[in-house]
Amino acid sequence: MAPGLGAMEEKPAAATKHTTICLGSMASGLREVYESGRTKDMEWRQSQLRGLISLLTDNEEEIFDVLHEDLGKHRGEAFRDELGILVKSIKYTLQNLKKWMAPEKAEAPLVAFPATAMVVPEPLGVVLIFSCWNLPLGLALEPLSGALAAGNAIVLKPSELAPATAAFLAANIPKYLDSSAVKVVLGGPNVGEELMEHRWDKVLFTGSARVGRIIMTKAAKHLTPVALELGSKCPCIVDWLDGKRDRQIAVNRIIGAKWSTCAGQACIAIDHILVEEKFAPILIELLKSTLKRFMAEPGGMARILNEKHFQRLSAYLEDSNVASSVVHGGYMDRKTLRIEPTILLNPPVDSDIMTEEIFGPLLPIITVKKIEDSIAFLKSKPKPLAIYAFTTNESLKRRIVEETSSGSVTFNDAVVQYALESVPFGGVGHSGFGQYHGKYSFELFSNKKAVFKRSFLIEFMFRYPPWDDSKIGTLRHVYNYSYILLFLNLLGLRR
Amino acid sequence: MAPGLGVMGEKPAAATTKHLSLGSMASGLREVYESGRTKDMEWRQSQLRGLISLLTDKEEEIFDVLHEDLGKHRGESFRDELGILVKSVKYTLQNLKKWAAPEKAINSCSLLLQHLLHHAHHSAEAPLVAFPATAMVVPEPLGVVLIFSCWNFPLGLALEPLSGALAAGNAVVLKPSELAPSTAAFLAANIPKYLDSRAVKVVLGGPNVGEELMEHRWDKLLFTGSERVGRIIMTKAAKHLTPVALELGSKCPCIVDWLDGKRDRQVAVNRIIGAKWSTCAGQACIAIDHILVEENFAPILIELMKSTLKRFMAKPGGMARILNEKHFQRLSAYLEDTKVAASVVHGGCIDPKTLTIEPTILLNPPVDSDVMTEEIFGPILPIITVKKIEDSIAFLKPKPKPLAIYAFTTNESLKRRIVEETSSGSVTFNDAVVQYALESVPFGGVGHSGFGQYHGKYSFELFSNKKAVFRRSFLIEFMFRYPPWDDSKIGTLRHVFSYSYILLFLTLLGLRR
Repeated sequence: MAPGLGAMEEKPAAATKHTTICLGSMASGLREVYESGRTKDMEWRQSQLRGLISLLTDNEEEIFDVLHEDLGKHRGEAFRDELGILVKSIKYTLQNLKKWMAPEKAEAPLVAFPATAMVVPEPLGVVLIFSCWNLPLGLALEPLSGALAAGNAIVLKPSELAPATAAFLAANIPKYLDSSAVKVVLGGPNVGEELMEHRWDKVLFTGSARVGRIIMTKAAKHLTPVALELGSKCPCIVDWLDGKRDRQIAVNRIIGAKWSTCAGQACIAIDHILVEEKFAPILIELLKSTLKRFMAEPGGMARILNEKHFQRLSAYLEDSNVASSVVHGGYMDRKTLRIEPTILLNPPVDSDIMTEEIFGPLLPIITVKKIEDSIAFLKSKPKPLAIYAFTTNESLKRRIVEETSSGSVTFNDAVVQYALESVPFGGVGHSGFGQYHGKYSFELFSNKKAVFKRSFLIEFMFRYPPWDDSKIGTLRHVYNYSYILLFLNLLGLRR
Repeated sequence: MAPGLGVMGEKPAAATTKHLSLGSMASGLREVYESGRTKDMEWRQSQLRGLISLLTDKEEEIFDVLHEDLGKHRGESFRDELGILVKSVKYTLQNLKKWAAPEKAINSCSLLLQHLLHHAHHSAEAPLVAFPATAMVVPEPLGVVLIFSCWNFPLGLALEPLSGALAAGNAVVLKPSELAPSTAAFLAANIPKYLDSRAVKVVLGGPNVGEELMEHRWDKLLFTGSERVGRIIMTKAAKHLTPVALELGSKCPCIVDWLDGKRDRQVAVNRIIGAKWSTCAGQACIAIDHILVEENFAPILIELMKSTLKRFMAKPGGMARILNEKHFQRLSAYLEDTKVAASVVHGGCIDPKTLTIEPTILLNPPVDSDVMTEEIFGPILPIITVKKIEDSIAFLKPKPKPLAIYAFTTNESLKRRIVEETSSGSVTFNDAVVQYALESVPFGGVGHSGFGQYHGKYSFELFSNKKAVFRRSFLIEFMFRYPPWDDSKIGTLRHVFSYSYILLFLTLLGLRR
């Protein structure tokens, strides 16, 4: 997501030996536990999922506290975006687990009769999850639940930049889950590096492209398969909308998906808007008035993570061309790490704010002559995690789906796709690879093993040398599924 | 697979020009892709049909180049490469429309709700609270993809993934192994004739060229080859965050249980020979690497293998030759270990002039010898005896996960234990290698044998992005989603997330908090 998982390529300090040995023995301990077969057991997996649900429901107040401590999230936002979704998602996983675990029959060709073919899901083994700081509970426990459902032993490395949540996880996971199979490792980039010195059966990393590259490079040494959930600039196309109601709803949802979502510090938050010149003033006015209402009380918006990100965001506005494009907001308070909702109208497209992932409460609005021009604008950019479009124009919707590429497309709403268990969540191109949520989480952490059972009943000698043309002729019939010709051939009535 | 895709770590020579031309090839392909041409269904179908024509028109030449590169008899070439390819590409053509179609996403809560309300509501694909809404998964191509194929199935390992990449709507670069030069040249000459040469490129050359290609970003990369080169590929891919799939080698074990009856034993031995010596002289990632068998059964097995080998290899062409000098050296070196040489119970004759090694069987070579620790990739078959056949499972488990595990047995309980207690890309009972021909099951490794699966629909998916598309409307708007927050909003959200629709309804009506 945002730059900020620390300087991961720095050499670890004097803690190396100790940490390496500890992590090494932890990794081999987990491998032993996995090999014992415990985590494969259906009952074990169900108990872990139920344990997670208990962890979440028993400790609600503390969860609200740590999310408020780490990010200044109001409990409303914390429930809506992290806690509530997690409980819902884990229940969904529990309901469907048996089905997902069951072998799936596959077709076997008649010529192989009698034979059965199936696809049997099995755990990968010992997996590693790195989670990001902005949805520190959700981005840790959602994949964790998938890895448990798939029957793996797990190491979770939460971001040290959300320390209260990390400590909460470290304290509670051993209480509610099987602590010999699920470990939480705290620490900064050094610890991340140490972990990557070992081989894992899968690594899921959520964070910035910069660190993602380092992770993948280290993973390559051990041929560890990785999934990377990276950041992107999620564009939001706003078409001309008729009617006060449609416009108000669109604006509600835009504000919800920008400022109400961790103050814009989210990989799927709206990064910037594309709108027709004529509609821009209408949109801006409505954004202003609605923001006033939504942010009337404290807690409407989370705070900026830390000094470093605050600097990064204020730097965007230090560019004079950018500063002059501010049409709303712009006020920043370094002491409280708060930046008020800020709207910019047509900052230069080559400015940092338009080239880097903003990850904050600054919203550039870029105007185009015709809304269709936004498609061309998008196509020249790296593929984002999500594309949003508020429109009732079916033809525009179709063009967006067909002509652009992204992890997801959501029409007439934003960020809410994150809550759907039924669709995959993940990036493409520079926004990453590997998908999860719902069944996709289960599959991400599974190996789909092909199992083919044959019998001795029927044996065909045309498969083997010594070769002659008639054998090749028979093989042709086999591969053509020309069963009648094959039959005649085998009876000796044809060549 | 085997070491031997060349020394990829060497710095490229005066290849600057090449670098420039690969760069412009890559951007040219990107332009073609962006034009939308390869996404078009008709285009994809025409490419698949073009592949089929290429294979059927050029059959004789294909047999020639495979014989030139590997000494394969046309029977083996047809059975393992040509025949399977045509069958597979036809299967892809038949299923393409279905695979490329958007898939409605069903949310289980809405299914549950339908069930509770006895509603035959077939349009409820998204949670009821989002009504009206539709959610679907739309497959789209990744863009411009790169395929590295290996030398042992130089046609199959190139064109099978190529067909999947085309079916998924991508522009493609194929880099065939230079160690099978006739087939590589054949592909370079014919792919431009039968396929859309602006969207499908064949790049010839050695490790240098491979390195050059890896300096660019690809939307997906499939590599079939050795672990050593796989690591290099993945490291280079990491610079550009190029997603990779690696099909690597492994030692595929074959468990042979006590079998009653002459017929079962003969059939098992036929299939073992077919999966070892008849499959590129054992130079295949899914060939049987070694056998595990009960002490008592070993002599029976060995005798039957000797007599059957005599019949199968009676005429020339029964077995391919060893790829080249280097691999011949590698394989003869296995036998130079005196303890290993002492364990030879059949064969052992090697001829450096013709690069042939006759079918060789070893009985209990030391388990720490090279032939037992490295992927053999050749016509040498160690047989390891165990006291009870179940012990073979414990033998397998500490080893790196293989591409395939084979077991010849009628013992259902042993079969179950093998599936449940071991891990591999695939398990095949009472036959071997044939799983490669099934389009309906995934083909790929796990652990050290790699990651990423293909064949059939899996090929299509390997080269696709499954895009989630969620459509909502302005009809219904809930303010409890937004700040300013109060406890009643949180209460309402609780009902939403637990699908307590009745409670939700009452809350919205103001009849509950």
